[in-house]
This record gives sequence, C-alpha cells and structure tokens, in this order.
Amino acid sequence: MESILPGAVALALATAYLIVLLRVENQNTILALLGVGIAAVLVANWLGWLAPVGRSFGEREDVLGLLAIVAAIVVASYFHEDHFVLLLLCTVLLYTVATLGLNVQFGYAGVLNFAGASFFGIGAYTAAVLNQHTAIPHLIVLLIGGLMAALIGCLLLLPVLRTRGHYAAVVTIAFALLLKTFLEVNDVLGGPQGLQVRSMNVLGWSFNNNIEIGGLRLSFYTSYFATSLLILIGAFVLVRRLERSWIGLNLDALRLDETAAGCFGLNIVRWKVTAFLLGNFLIGIAGTLQGMVVGFVQPNNYTFADSLIFVSILLLGGIGNPWGVAVATVIVVIVPEKLQVIQEYRFLLYAALVMMVLLFRPEGLLPRPVRSYFPGWRP
Amino acid sequence: MTRKPAEDSTKFAPVLAARGLTKRFGGVLAIDHLDLEVAQGEILGLIGPNGSGKTTFFNVVTGIYGADSGSVTFGGADITQASPQAVYHAGISRTFQRSRLSLPLSIFDNIMIGNHKRLNQRLWFNLIRRDAFKREYESSFHEARALVEVFDPPLANRMFEAVVGLPMIDRRRIEICRALISQPKLLLLDEPSAGMTHDETTQLMNDILEVRDRIPGLTIVIVEHEMGVIERSTDRCVVLNFGRKISEGTFTKIAADRQVQEAYLGLQ
Repeated sequence: MESILPGAVALALATAYLIVLLRVENQNTILALLGVGIAAVLVANWLGWLAPVGRSFGEREDVLGLLAIVAAIVVASYFHEDHFVLLLLCTVLLYTVATLGLNVQFGYAGVLNFAGASFFGIGAYTAAVLNQHTAIPHLIVLLIGGLMAALIGCLLLLPVLRTRGHYAAVVTIAFALLLKTFLEVNDVLGGPQGLQVRSMNVLGWSFNNNIEIGGLRLSFYTSYFATSLLILIGAFVLVRRLERSWIGLNLDALRLDETAAGCFGLNIVRWKVTAFLLGNFLIGIAGTLQGMVVGFVQPNNYTFADSLIFVSILLLGGIGNPWGVAVATVIVVIVPEKLQVIQEYRFLLYAALVMMVLLFRPEGLLPRPVRSYFPGWRP
Repeated sequence: MTRKPAEDSTKFAPVLAARGLTKRFGGVLAIDHLDLEVAQGEILGLIGPNGSGKTTFFNVVTGIYGADSGSVTFGGADITQASPQAVYHAGISRTFQRSRLSLPLSIFDNIMIGNHKRLNQRLWFNLIRRDAFKREYESSFHEARALVEVFDPPLANRMFEAVVGLPMIDRRRIEICRALISQPKLLLLDEPSAGMTHDETTQLMNDILEVRDRIPGLTIVIVEHEMGVIERSTDRCVVLNFGRKISEGTFTKIAADRQVQEAYLGLQ
C-alpha cells in the first residue's frame, strides 16, 4: 500500500491539473498555469519527491494502471458535453497508441521510422474507403487498418533491413514524401481534397449521435473516447508484455549490438521485421480510428512534419518508456491547442522542447528503467 | 593447480579442426593456410603478436567473416560457411576482445542474451502465456544466478543492476557467464585479461579453471597476451605469426622455441 501512495497522489494531482488546464480559456491564466505546472515539477524533483513516484509506478504498475484508466474516465466525464475537449482527449489517446508503435520500432529494436504519420494516414484512408464502399463492421475495419499499415510497411522492409541508422531514416523520409504525393495525385482516393470518412457504427449504434441517458447529455465524442481508451489499454498491455519478455530482450540486444546478438543466435531479420510490422500495426489502428473520429482524411494531415511530432513525443517522453510516451503526448497535443499564441508556432515549440530535452535530459522526461520482467518479483 | 600435459590429447578426435584456413583482407593475409586442431576437453592457448590473426581466427570460426579457402569442422560437421547464429546453435560461444555487453541492460538481461537458444522465442508464449513464461523466467533466473555465484557471490545479488556501472572484471565475468549459460561445447575467450590489473587477471583465471572443472568436457580456446595466464591455464599452445602457425606444444616447449622468441621479441 505504501508504495502505491506516491504514484496515486501524483496521478490525482496530474488529473486535477489537467482538468483545470482544459477548463480555463483565458490565455494569461493558461500561461500562468503552465508556469506553475513546470515550477511544481521542478520543485518536486528538487525535493526528491519524484523518485518515490517513479518507484511506485515501477512496483505497482497494475494498480496504478487501473487508477490511470479511472483518471482518464474522470477527465472525460468532467467534459462530457464538451466536443472540443473530448476530441482533444481522443487525439491524445490515439497519438499515444501510435507513439507506442513507434516505440516498439525505434525504442526497442532501434529501427528508425520517420514515416509514422504516413502509416497513421494509411489507417485513416483504409477507414475512409472501407466505410464508404463496404459493409465491413467498423471494429473489423480498425483491425484491417492496422494490417494495411503493416502490409504497406512491408514495402519498406528491404531497404530498412539493408541500411542502418541514418540511412534507414532517410529511406523512411522518402517513403513519407512518396506516399503524400501518391495520395495527392490519386483521384480515386480524393486527391488533395481527400475523402469523407463515415463515422463509426458498432452493432447499429452510430457514434455520430449524442448520447442521452435520463436527462444526462453526453457528447458523441464520448463513444470515440471510450473506444480510443480501450485501444490504448490494449496497446499498452501489449507493448508492456513485449518489453518484459524474451522478445523485448531480443529487440534491445539487436539495437545495442547487432554483431554480438548474432553471435548468440539471434535472427536479426526476424526480430527487426517483427518489431517494424508490430509497430506499424499499432500506428495503423490508431490512424484508422482517428480517421473516423475526425471524419475526413486528406494528404496534408499525414506529412513528414506530423511524423516528426510522433518522434518528438517519443524523445520527449523517454525512449522505451510507455508512461513517458503517455505524459509527453498530453504535453505535445494539449499545450498548443490551449495556448493559441503557440498554435502557429507549434513546430517551433516542439523543436525547442526536443532540443532542451536532448541537452538537459537526454533520456527524456521519464527515462526507461532497467527491465524487470515481473514488477515486484523477488527471487 | 597443475594440469596434466596434453601430449595424448591428439589421440582423440578433435572437436574443432581448421584445415588450410585462409582469410584475406585486401592484400593482407590475416590467416594463411592455417591447420589447427583442438582436442575435446583441452584448454588451448592461442598466442602471437598483435595482428597475427588470433581474433580473425575466432571471427572466421564464429561466422562473422567468411573464410576465403580451407575449412573449419566442429564435432565432425563442416561449419566453414555457417552463419554466426548456426555456429552458436552448434555449441560454440565466445567472448569479445573489447567487452561487448549491452551496457544499459541488467546483468540478468545480458546473460539471457547468451541463453537465446534455450529460451522459448515464440510470440504467443511470450505475450499471451505469461504463466508459462514466468516459469521459464524463474528457472532461467536461478540458473543464471547460480552461474554468477561461481564467479563472484556478491555479484549474484545484483542481477537487476545495469552493467554500465560495473568494473571491468565484473563485466568480463558477466561476458563469460553469457557465453556459458547456453552450455556450449566450445568456449572461445578473446583476451579475457584485456583492460584488467594483474590481480584481477589472476582472479579471473581461477574462475575460468573452476568453471572448467565444473563443466566436464568443456573445451576452451583462449587468445591471450598475458603469458602468466597462458602458462597457468592452458594444456597446449599454438603460436601464430602473420597468420601462420609457427609453433605448437606445451607452454614450456613453445617458450623455448627460437622462432617464437623472435616473433615476440625480435631477433636477439
């Protein structure tokens, strides 16, 4: 119980802070709030209060994970009528899923992918086409979107396997540009204007209608929020189990020293491919749902710059740490939306943030701890 | 500890044999028609001046480099063109001259990298069947811990510490544990004493001899510059110079060999 407490308190404070931040509209107040937030974290760090928080998340992740889900639901219920905030929360959840996918590729296997947004877009376009022209149940469309991203990602396998480091990165950048151009000139996929995406419909229940339960009115985004949250939980558990298994170890081993890993029987190709496809699958699923949430897709939403957002979330949060990814997504998605001053300069903000992190905290806000296969396990 | 001289070792079928093995790098013959046999259960010292082809020999045997001509057999099977993965699966494991541990990972993780072939690598097992995974994990943990205990009991209590914070001798020990955990038939040690003090080297040698006594039938080839290590631990030595074998025999014999003295010390 004692070890849960610091984590639970931190979670509660963060939730309250997030609600206030999302609620406030006045720009000066928001600025002040952000200042207070940063100062609070710095002071807590200085007083050594963050270490116990980290420990309790490390040891009692099961309980704190459940609490985090409750926290997310609390925030969503608070804003149950507010379309804008709920849309923002969906974006946060789905970007987290996508960055978790990127984390499997880059954070674990060391395979750089600067085309994250392209695979996100492939998912969204899959949703647009399938929801329009077929009667495939939309939950299955989500899966197909993920599979499509993984499948099209196979085009990149050969170059990604044959090149290393920066060269592999350049290959993915080229792919991002190619895909955007392809979408722009392809009339079937709507060209530069893009396509409408029909909203989600599960078992006859359309996600586009507001929900009314006994006088309580919920925004239609609530359904999307719930779906996104479920997907995030699934992705989080999957990535966590992956890391805490021999497979996670394999991926680390090949990232850190391919030659040595090969000398201990590790099949480099097999595990790089596994990580790349699994990562793209997660990114694709997130993109598919995001397409349905937003309601339309266009090439300009899935550019190289958007891929960089995913990469900066990963760098900011702490490469290899799913909790770090979640925290960083909240910061990267919500701050520019709330601070209208920043809106146009958001890429500047990301660049500055990433540089600050790389300079002062190269392992990210929440550095990845040494692997423990079963938290709390003692020999 | 005295070891029995290995005069009779050649009576047994060799566990590792190189025939006319050659490896070129551009115009340089790193290994030049090398014939070399390692008998079952012996500790063979592979010595020679810098650049004489010792590490290249290891790299060709373990499949990191392909041989240009000649052959390598292991336990009777031809492994000349085998991949590093296949060589490992056949039962050869090695350490590296410059320690190649994965520094951010824990001691346990590093040792488990060496245990690859004995761990269940299927996705379904790893991701879904967590109970079965936990059983395999627990037994592997106890095995790894017992192995580390042979080398250094206090270190066995720090299995989940990152390797990056450990001194060189502990890193070497973990590297050797990583190579031994899969129960190989042949262990290739590439300069285990590099970067260590004299005392540390002595300790490590004791560890290695102890391991050899605990794992009957384990064959070891050591590349080493530290002659004390070679003298104390090997049954037999092979001396290389410019990729060729210039002498072979017990340490006393090769130490008295004029060609060896010339190679090491220059003409006197």
